[in-house]
Amino acid sequence: MKIRAQIAMVLNLDKCIGCHTCSVTCKNVWTNREGMEYAWFNNVETKPGIGYPKDWENQKRWNGGWVRKSNGKLQPKIGSKWRVLAKIFANPDLPEIDDYYEPFTFDYEHLQKTPELEASPTARPRSLITGKRMEKIEWGPNWEEILGGEFSKRSADYNFEGVQKEIYGQFENTFMMYLPRLCEHCLNPACVAACPSGAIYKREEDGIVLIDQDKCRGWRMCVSGCPYKKIYFNWSSGKSEKCILCYPRIEAGQPTVCSETCVGRIRYLGVVLYDADRIEAAASVLDEKALYEAQLSVFLNPRDPEIISQARADGVPESWLEAARRSPIWKMAMEWKVAFPLHPEYRTLPMVWYVPPLSPIQSAAEAGKMGSDGEMPDVRSLRIPLRYLANLLTAGNEEPVAQALERMLAMRSYMRAKTIDGVIDDAIARRVGLKANQIEDMYQVMAIANYEDRFVIPTTHRELGEDTYDLRGSCGFTFGGDCSDGRTADVNMFGGRNKAPKRTTETV
Amino acid sequence: MRDMLFHLLFVWYPYVCLGFFVVGSLFRFERDQYSWRASSSQLLRRRQFIIGSNLFHFGILFLFVGHFVGLLTPTWLYTKLITIEQKQMIAITAGGIAGVVCFVGLTMLLHRRLFDPRIRITSTTMDMAILTILWVQLALGLVTLPYSLQHSDGETMLKLSHWAQGVLTLEPNVDNYLKGLEWPYLAHLVLGMTIFLLFPFSRLVHIWSAPVGYLGRKGYQIVRTSRPQRQSAVAGSSQRSR
Repeated sequence: MKIRAQIAMVLNLDKCIGCHTCSVTCKNVWTNREGMEYAWFNNVETKPGIGYPKDWENQKRWNGGWVRKSNGKLQPKIGSKWRVLAKIFANPDLPEIDDYYEPFTFDYEHLQKTPELEASPTARPRSLITGKRMEKIEWGPNWEEILGGEFSKRSADYNFEGVQKEIYGQFENTFMMYLPRLCEHCLNPACVAACPSGAIYKREEDGIVLIDQDKCRGWRMCVSGCPYKKIYFNWSSGKSEKCILCYPRIEAGQPTVCSETCVGRIRYLGVVLYDADRIEAAASVLDEKALYEAQLSVFLNPRDPEIISQARADGVPESWLEAARRSPIWKMAMEWKVAFPLHPEYRTLPMVWYVPPLSPIQSAAEAGKMGSDGEMPDVRSLRIPLRYLANLLTAGNEEPVAQALERMLAMRSYMRAKTIDGVIDDAIARRVGLKANQIEDMYQVMAIANYEDRFVIPTTHRELGEDTYDLRGSCGFTFGGDCSDGRTADVNMFGGRNKAPKRTTETV
Repeated sequence: MRDMLFHLLFVWYPYVCLGFFVVGSLFRFERDQYSWRASSSQLLRRRQFIIGSNLFHFGILFLFVGHFVGLLTPTWLYTKLITIEQKQMIAITAGGIAGVVCFVGLTMLLHRRLFDPRIRITSTTMDMAILTILWVQLALGLVTLPYSLQHSDGETMLKLSHWAQGVLTLEPNVDNYLKGLEWPYLAHLVLGMTIFLLFPFSRLVHIWSAPVGYLGRKGYQIVRTSRPQRQSAVAGSSQRSR
């Protein structure tokens, strides 16, 4: 057994209102630079939809994640090491920027400078790559917002597999949900495996996956390797970049920017302990539907004295063990089992988990039938098909998702009985396999969601491994290259472009 | 004057170029590794890239190995296996085929770089310069083929390889080997040396980083720690950072 700690995240989709505050604050902090305009470390998709980049869940097309070979060993889906190197000159599995979208801005200046006209002036779009006029914007970062576009196109969504999707194209039956996505900081990251330079690594002390910007050579295999398409190639610097889980903030015990600014308070950050020696076995389970359970088996109970002493021996600091015991992630993923990994069938063991959303009862007639006796509605009659959620979160295994939804409904019934009728109804809790105090705890963490319940983040003990004397005179946090920015300096001997592309305002 | 220039170009210039090539590469790797990358433009435009880049890279790798082995293998070594005439025929045939393959690919890439607005605008001057230089160099190399066919005794080939070996063994007055060669050979040599000169200042540095070590990587995962390491703590794949 080799115990490590990981900062994991849970997103409660039941409460996501799709406001994009997470995406916007993230973009303003991390990707508001030339070459990264098209990249969103965090984005919010409306589901059902093909997402961003287009069709990212279709691994037959993009070959992301892992495959289990017939001998039971795992291999990146893009191919063995030889195959990866053979693709290095031109990577057939790499999306083109149009699969994300061509980044654009508008001629805002024109609105201010235009003389008096008969028609009111407009700000026309301009490409952020070429600086040239774009006559028509074909696609954007959130093109399918709130079911935008035709159902026939959105219904290419991979998660409709096994669902009679035609009826959901009808207005009366349609459903939607939001899916905020960021790097999963996987336990078995396929991007790390696909990087020929060995520039991508997982940090032992907090599990954050980072790209060493100095060592990255821009072979762009990680972009294909990652099944979530959460690694972006910076066309300006020629290096790949990804979500860094705001590690400068995490190290200081603060939540990531996306979590901090989340209006709906849907994000949780906390520590989970896991057994690094079990990762390979858990990721190689034959039956895809068993992968969710297999991933649970990797997590270790932070209250078990044996685990605690082994974790100490493996160098996990005491404050992290304490944080692991108070972890909201452990509660939701392991204790209440209401949070699930995104697409476990990719075999990456993702560490950003999701609480599935409840949705209205399918038909008004059925809703009428539901008595006020606290009897719970069948989760299979919820508007969002159970199979759809299962395809998203458990590789199609409906039972765990159904149980989670039942528990969330039970929490509502229980609290309604308690606050309105003044009755403590233990039976409701028992019916879903929980105790009354667990339901109350669930309510506290998931419904009230106080700041200190959502974010239990221990600070990094840098003093253990770092001599600050060596850091004197260094550059602090930069976007790579320490003091060199590689590309934007006024004078650059080594081939950087010295000027940003010209964006002269043309007349409209 | 002519002799002086000839002497400078073929005795001194090679060392200037090799010096920049080695010292410049080391300096850039040490001081500005963030700028060390392949600078692929595939993301911005896939069209013409998949075929062009593959043809170009496989072609030029073959040509590079061919030139390396062909110029630097001592004559006494290969004559144990084949005659000088045979070697020249192999060089012309194999080099010619690889040259054409490479030329087709490079032309596609150059066309794409110069005429695709996305690629053109996001290219640096050096990106365009180095691609153009490679294209001209390749064209010059192909131009030498008919000349080589005219003298199939391998005499020219021997002169060139003696010069290259002479440069590396610090032989004085190596330019004497090249006296009387036709202009395409000389132009090809000068431009070839210039590519070494420009190497550290261009995207060509990615050649140094050809990731063959990937094949030897144990397992797939890489974990770094900033904690003090206990003996050989993390199995196999671990690295220490900083």
